Amino acid sequence: MDNSYLIETKNLVKTYRMGEHTLVALDKVNLNFKKGEFAGLVGPSGSGKTTLLNIVGSLDTPTEGSAVVMGNKIEDLTHKEAAALRNMNIGFIFQTFNLLPVYTVFENVEFPLLLHDLTAEERKKMTMDALEWVGLADRAKSKPAQLSGGQSQRVAVARAVVKKPSIILADEPTANLDAENSHNILQTMEELNKNLGTTFIFATHDEKVIRYLRRKITLIDGAVAKDEAVTPRRAQGGDE
Amino acid sequence: MIIPKLALRNILGAGIRTWLNVIVLSFAFVTIIWTQGLYQGMSRQSVRATVDAEYGGGQYWQENYDPLDPLSLEDGHGPIPESLDTLIQKDQATAILVIQGTIYPNGRIQPILIKGIDPQQKILSLPTEALETEEAEIPAFIGTRMARNAGLKEGDTITLRWRDVQGTFDARDVEIAAIMNTTVPTVDQGQIWVPLKTIQELAQMSNEASLVVLQKDLKVFPDVPGWNFKSRYFLLSDIRELVQSKSAGAMILYFILILLAMLAIFDTQVLSIFRRRKEMGTLMSLGMTRWKIIQLFTLEGALHGVLAAIVAAIYGIPLLTLFAKKGWALPGSADSYGFAFGQKIFPVYSAGLVLGTTLIVLVITTIVSFLPTRKIAKLKPTDALRGRMS
Repeated sequence: MDNSYLIETKNLVKTYRMGEHTLVALDKVNLNFKKGEFAGLVGPSGSGKTTLLNIVGSLDTPTEGSAVVMGNKIEDLTHKEAAALRNMNIGFIFQTFNLLPVYTVFENVEFPLLLHDLTAEERKKMTMDALEWVGLADRAKSKPAQLSGGQSQRVAVARAVVKKPSIILADEPTANLDAENSHNILQTMEELNKNLGTTFIFATHDEKVIRYLRRKITLIDGAVAKDEAVTPRRAQGGDE
Repeated sequence: MIIPKLALRNILGAGIRTWLNVIVLSFAFVTIIWTQGLYQGMSRQSVRATVDAEYGGGQYWQENYDPLDPLSLEDGHGPIPESLDTLIQKDQATAILVIQGTIYPNGRIQPILIKGIDPQQKILSLPTEALETEEAEIPAFIGTRMARNAGLKEGDTITLRWRDVQGTFDARDVEIAAIMNTTVPTVDQGQIWVPLKTIQELAQMSNEASLVVLQKDLKVFPDVPGWNFKSRYFLLSDIRELVQSKSAGAMILYFILILLAMLAIFDTQVLSIFRRRKEMGTLMSLGMTRWKIIQLFTLEGALHGVLAAIVAAIYGIPLLTLFAKKGWALPGSADSYGFAFGQKIFPVYSAGLVLGTTLIVLVITTIVSFLPTRKIAKLKPTDALRGRMS
């Protein structure tokens, strides 16, 4: 495999047993991602977007084929090694934000850093920096229940970027947001992508997200139907 | 250190659910310590009272004397040996002669034990000075229980019948010179105390005794031919066993209390794991290992025990201290327990009892908290994120 790629998948297959039947979620997917990409997996529900994201994020393992993320063969990783890979190099953004309800905004964003060997001072600085990036420094002491959907997702973005990972995987990040909040979030992510060089990979079928992508990978029935470089069309404005 | 901090933050964040469990568990803590302390206090009071009133520092029994065998009492006496007499002369021991007799209170026949004791003895805490009166020909004292059963009061005269050493029946009137209020039923029920010399003379057992009670602080117990030494430990074995059996009965209460508290914690844990699957998935996505999540959830459960210990200490220490100082008034029927305790029991809470109870509850809480978390070991991050159990 080529070392210049951050992520490489080769003949990636993922199947699920559904009683007597076998469901093919990914069918011989070959994809490569370089550092700093702003790419999206698009396609209808059940096309394998989330499954691919989960494997790349070391949350799942392939049935066949290979996925190499930052030199780590996902299929060979132990549970502990996979956790370490996620902890050090991968940030996740979920559709439903997945904030920890009993923690404040600050504590939610600080959480990934608690698993690193950092002093309280270092953690505090990095957390506040991340909250500044997403424009929520003034809500540091709020609880998630006190935030709007857009604010919650910005906290989730801050939590994903706080440790400055190489890769951020975002699964339908705007599905629960209105148009304005979606654009705000996407603009924030785009800036982080430019400023920090973080690779963003989205799983989405939201047109609002697709407009921001620089690479669009269309999945249909678990297979790559189209992989194309695109020009971001966010300037075109107008929400569907 | 991250896991304890997170666990504490999580259970405090859970609010009322946590505090309900903590309060239930703290009740278990306080009740267990209180009842156990009550039995310890009961045991200590009983031992102290019985030693003071009956056992002293140990007893020498004439070789045929067996207080549990009424048929052998006839032969259970003998001349006081010189070595024991020396102790008696030095006020380090006192002799007691026990023979069978009968009284006739209010026209009824009541078999009793007649116990002769030196009116000037200082070994046992019995009101023997009442026997020094010259107003009555044969003065006697009895306990309150005996007085109640026989319908006797101070100043009453009753007929006392006995058999002398030859087996001949004899009888005299004795006057109740005192009614003693004792907590020790075994020096009270079914017995009457008279001066030793008088009963020795009447029974023609001059200078004889059934047992010799030693001073409490005597340490050397030489062999005396024809007499068997019974240590305080031996004499107290009945009380020990009685307390142990009562204490074992209380174990049912502890078991129910602990079971209720543990059910609450187990239920909370199961519910928590079921409800927080998505959170577990999030923690995994943030880089936490399954083992760390198991630790987190187990510790959350175990912290209920720690918080319960703190809450129990906050209201339990003043409450239990108050009980220890003021005592716990016993119902009148408590006499039938067979224990020698006063009208109040003063609980005793030893460090071993408090630490032992705390440790046991914490260990059980941790185990109960751990059991439901084993499911997490098989949990796939992707299933957890979807809110499913693998």
